[in-house]
Amino acid sequence: MSDLSSPLLNVRDLKTSFHTPAGLAPAVNGVTFSLQSGEILGLVGESGCGKTVTALSILRLLPEHLSRQSGQIWFQGRDLMTLKPAEMLQIRGNRIGMIFQEPMTALNPVLTIGDQISEVLRLHRGLKKTAALSEAARGLARVGVADPERRLRQYPHQLSGGLRQRALIAMALACEPQLVIADEPTTALDVTIQAQILALLSRLQTQLRLALLLISHNLGVVAQITDRVAVMYAGIIVEAAPTPKLFARPRHPYTRGLLASVPRMNFQDNPENLQAIPGQPPTLGELPAGCPFQPRCPQASVVCSQSPPWIQVAHDHGVCCWLWQDGRGGESHHGEDRA
Amino acid sequence: MEKTVPEPLLVATDLYKIFPLAATWFARRQLLQAVTGVSLSLLAGETLGLVGESGCGKSTLGRLLLALMPPTRGEVRFAGQNLWKLPKDRLRQLRQKMQIVFQDPYASLNPRLTIRHILEEPYIIHKLGTKQQRLDWCEKLLHDVGLPSEALHRYPHEFSGGQRQRLGIARALALSPELIVADEPVSALDVSVQAQILNLFNSLKEKMGLTYLFISHDLSVISHMSDRIAVMYLGRLMEVAPRQRFCHRGLHPYTEALLEAAPDADPGRRLPAPRLKGDPPSPLQVPSGCPFHPRCPEAEPRCRDTFPEFRQVGPHHWLSCHLR
Repeated sequence: MSDLSSPLLNVRDLKTSFHTPAGLAPAVNGVTFSLQSGEILGLVGESGCGKTVTALSILRLLPEHLSRQSGQIWFQGRDLMTLKPAEMLQIRGNRIGMIFQEPMTALNPVLTIGDQISEVLRLHRGLKKTAALSEAARGLARVGVADPERRLRQYPHQLSGGLRQRALIAMALACEPQLVIADEPTTALDVTIQAQILALLSRLQTQLRLALLLISHNLGVVAQITDRVAVMYAGIIVEAAPTPKLFARPRHPYTRGLLASVPRMNFQDNPENLQAIPGQPPTLGELPAGCPFQPRCPQASVVCSQSPPWIQVAHDHGVCCWLWQDGRGGESHHGEDRA
Repeated sequence: MEKTVPEPLLVATDLYKIFPLAATWFARRQLLQAVTGVSLSLLAGETLGLVGESGCGKSTLGRLLLALMPPTRGEVRFAGQNLWKLPKDRLRQLRQKMQIVFQDPYASLNPRLTIRHILEEPYIIHKLGTKQQRLDWCEKLLHDVGLPSEALHRYPHEFSGGQRQRLGIARALALSPELIVADEPVSALDVSVQAQILNLFNSLKEKMGLTYLFISHDLSVISHMSDRIAVMYLGRLMEVAPRQRFCHRGLHPYTEALLEAAPDADPGRRLPAPRLKGDPPSPLQVPSGCPFHPRCPEAEPRCRDTFPEFRQVGPHHWLSCHLR
């Protein structure tokens, strides 16, 4: 992938497997990407494709006795993979903030919002209790919470879903991290609240020049706020490109299938049948040899039983597919994306 | 659209559903207004999309229409018959004609029953067919939803989410219903599988002349599936109109906000400034007047005082707003 000036986050050949009774199951199978500061990268894919495991692996949040991890994760000149647990504590929540999907389970129900936000500040900034609380109030105000002092004294169950997600964002931003990883930050929310949270994230991202890794299964969310998109399928990145390019000229058969299978909001024309991708995503233990999409791919051929190469079809657009080896995407042999 | 005017298959008039919540040590007895004054009709052969945010009463309305729970007030007529005035055995007979497909295909199939048992049960309950006939019917059902007949001897856990939803649909089709309420039938499914199920719904509708009430929170799905669309907010219907009407202006302010907030997979349309501030109020404390007024960007004093009548403003276009 394109290496401009040194990126803020540079993940090289990240592999994460889980120990299962049936042996090692690969959840992330060699993921490589980079993220510049001030950039929003979307990581999209269906459930079980390894998006969340990628995020947890970057933060080294997976228990070591359950998983095996390899590869490099360069962040600000250091390989996170080689850091000791104590050093990782200095980075997590401080340099890298994390926003989780389900704000109710990500917050501790028996501590007030104030306790939870100020904990981060006391730990990483060494602030005293009152100083941390007033800093937490500032943080809540920054994420658009009205009457922050009152909210600080409340418990998570007293807040609505939208407010809880704002509190979680305030917590992730408390130490002014350079990188924020947001894992499905709006999936649990209603659309009107989702719109508020997305607007907030994109405002904060510009204001604070954050790098944001946005993980989502929702192509609409990704289309609206990301600069670049990486599409994941069964543990690998199958395509990465600037957002407008990826939506306008998808190159990987899976990306094409995914985009064609999503109903568009269109009230005008009579709807046609959606082009569904046949079958379903493979499970971890049963990955097919070679390209993992091959069993569902309308353009699969014999070569696909070998691992496909990463091919740069433009300087900023890469695809992991044999079709593009000749640079034509196999279009001379097959009709344009028939599903 | 040059069909003869279709008969309404189902007519609901002024439906209310209020759930009393039991008093606890910490709280007084409260009333939850799930559905408030909803009048709605379903035409034979149409798909009516019902959209709204979580907790707005979509699912409760769906269950009321199927007579799965009695309304607090109001009536539901199916094919001209008032469901709650019918003798029990007549209602049970009518239930064959009205079925439901649930959201979560993992929770809606009994894990301890084989697929054959699950699909055969409706026939046994309604005392239909001989053993052999029922087996044939079950095989046909599986065929209709695109599953092999070997599936009969398996258990639900052996199927993927999409296949389970096919089974849920097969069960709903067993008694050759006329009306199917599909309650968020694709929200639990992966994007690539979602399309298969939406296509299946459409092809079955065409083949069997079904009528759907299609409940979803996802406007893209609703716009794809519906002939008419009903928008619900805090227990009330805010707007009902034919699908095409939704691409023009002059919609209910809530509908407009919903359309604008819905993320569409089109990077040309960047993030708009959110039109609505705040959260939807709790159905335990429904605001006075128009329930939308505290969040409405155009609210006027009268919106706080009186609920705007649900009235017709155009051909087949009904809404409830003082300002439109």
